[in-house]
Amino acid sequence: MKVLVPVKRVIDYNVKARVKSDQSGVDLANVKMSMNPFCEIAVEEAVRQKEKGVATEVVAVSIGPAQAQETLRTALAMGADRAILIQTDQDPEPLAVAKLLAAIIGEESPDVVIMGKQAIDGDNNATGQMLAALLDWPQATFANSVELNAGDAKVGREVDGGIQTIDVTLPAIITADLRLNEPRYASLPNIMKAKKKPLDVKEAASLGVDTAPRLKVVKVTEPPKRGGGIKVETAADLVSNLKTAGVL
Amino acid sequence: MAVLVIADHDNASLKDSTHKTVTAALALSSDVDILVAGSGAKAVAEAAGKIAGVRKVLLAESDALGQGLAEAVTAVVVPLMAGYDAVLTPATSQGKNFSPRIAAKLDVAQISEIVEVVDGSTFVRPIYAGNALETVQSSDAKKVITVRATAFKAAGEGGSAPVESTGAGDGAPKTKFIDQQLVKSARPELAGAKIVVSGGRAMGSAEEFQRVIDPLADKLGAAIGASRAAVDAGYAPNDYQVGQTGKVVAPELYVAIGISGAIQHLAGMKDSKIIVAINKDADAPIFQVADFGLVSDYKTAVPELMDALTAAGK
Repeated sequence: MKVLVPVKRVIDYNVKARVKSDQSGVDLANVKMSMNPFCEIAVEEAVRQKEKGVATEVVAVSIGPAQAQETLRTALAMGADRAILIQTDQDPEPLAVAKLLAAIIGEESPDVVIMGKQAIDGDNNATGQMLAALLDWPQATFANSVELNAGDAKVGREVDGGIQTIDVTLPAIITADLRLNEPRYASLPNIMKAKKKPLDVKEAASLGVDTAPRLKVVKVTEPPKRGGGIKVETAADLVSNLKTAGVL
Repeated sequence: MAVLVIADHDNASLKDSTHKTVTAALALSSDVDILVAGSGAKAVAEAAGKIAGVRKVLLAESDALGQGLAEAVTAVVVPLMAGYDAVLTPATSQGKNFSPRIAAKLDVAQISEIVEVVDGSTFVRPIYAGNALETVQSSDAKKVITVRATAFKAAGEGGSAPVESTGAGDGAPKTKFIDQQLVKSARPELAGAKIVVSGGRAMGSAEEFQRVIDPLADKLGAAIGASRAAVDAGYAPNDYQVGQTGKVVAPELYVAIGISGAIQHLAGMKDSKIIVAINKDADAPIFQVADFGLVSDYKTAVPELMDALTAAGK
């Protein structure tokens, strides 16, 4: 079974995003970049499926600038077999990403795509669902358990208030939620090995996909700051303040 | 311009996030219809018709719709969009599941989790876990939008919109529903609760979490939340998690107990009206967003708070 895992290079999870003073976006100059945490979980899941003998090949794909090769090398160090970079200096929207991935899937014909549910920069939570729509494949989003079989996948999904379990016919799109697994750290020998694994680079333009943005960013601003609060001395003070504030 | 709102419900009752999404929809158009896609959901459709400002309610019913399968909902909504300029869905786990699928089928962008309608094509949405707000203008002919319900006031009752049946589509032929395990609770639902009491890693164990947080939540009639650290440590179930990767809440009162206030947690609760923080570490970041901070060990502070609430007639 061939598994395709799209991964995205984003601002590191532990770095606080700062808005540029000209309101044109978030300042990413000299900021630490890493693999999107949900993508790491997706790579981990694919690699575990390979270690279990279910998956035979894990292909990591990224869409982004030349530096996204580092993100792909991370995926290779975690255990992916090979990688494809669809290179672009644009920042394509989820629909364009889904179209580019659909083009690659046309070439690669994977049995299943496992990807993160959301990137922590745009916070759209849309690409996996869009990709499933474009391919007319079933989707199993927000996965917290995945059981891959020959022609189907049984997926436990995190829904409001609990867990829904569904069974999707392969090929299908699975998007990883936070508690699907805990991604491994790549070991030094595996990082060295990853340098020798194949990594193809394709120009996004060569795929003949319309990636024109549909949304114009008018401005990016800082959220309103909360007014300064007060420290209270006792629980009784707290209760009387809450009464005054009208919330009790 | 006519706008469709997809109702959030569990086949038995209509969720308040629908009322809030109607408010966002009414900012776009006065012609707002609601789609109730479910199974045995007639009562939900009737409740939706009572929301003030709604023109009509469309009811589509099938087993696959009752199970909320994305493919089934998409198959109903896409043909309906011939008659609408925008479709708005509350950004619940359900809505987030099917809405992008609808957008891609219509070959348009999704505008995710809007918190403000600026005009008919311009919207504000949080990015980077709420550390920035992005104002975007859509050039698509049809807009597919998910709505962060906590950012909008609920539309009132008092409408009397008619309910019409509509086609149920062809279901989800490649997806089979197996089961749904929902946590049953007498407490209010986290996403819509007026008061939320949340516990953090300081609790130290699942038993301690329940011993401390449950009675206080019961006393306040509150829903229970937890930080990601507490959930990851197994002190609280997954669906308690408040934060960027969990639920985004904006209650009247948010009480954070033993929570340090990591960025990812703050992203999920900083729009609460009043925030109370109880933490023994005076430098904890949670105090920077708290309206009322009590620097104290929860082990002494929570019993004192319980007593003070009793004394205040709670």
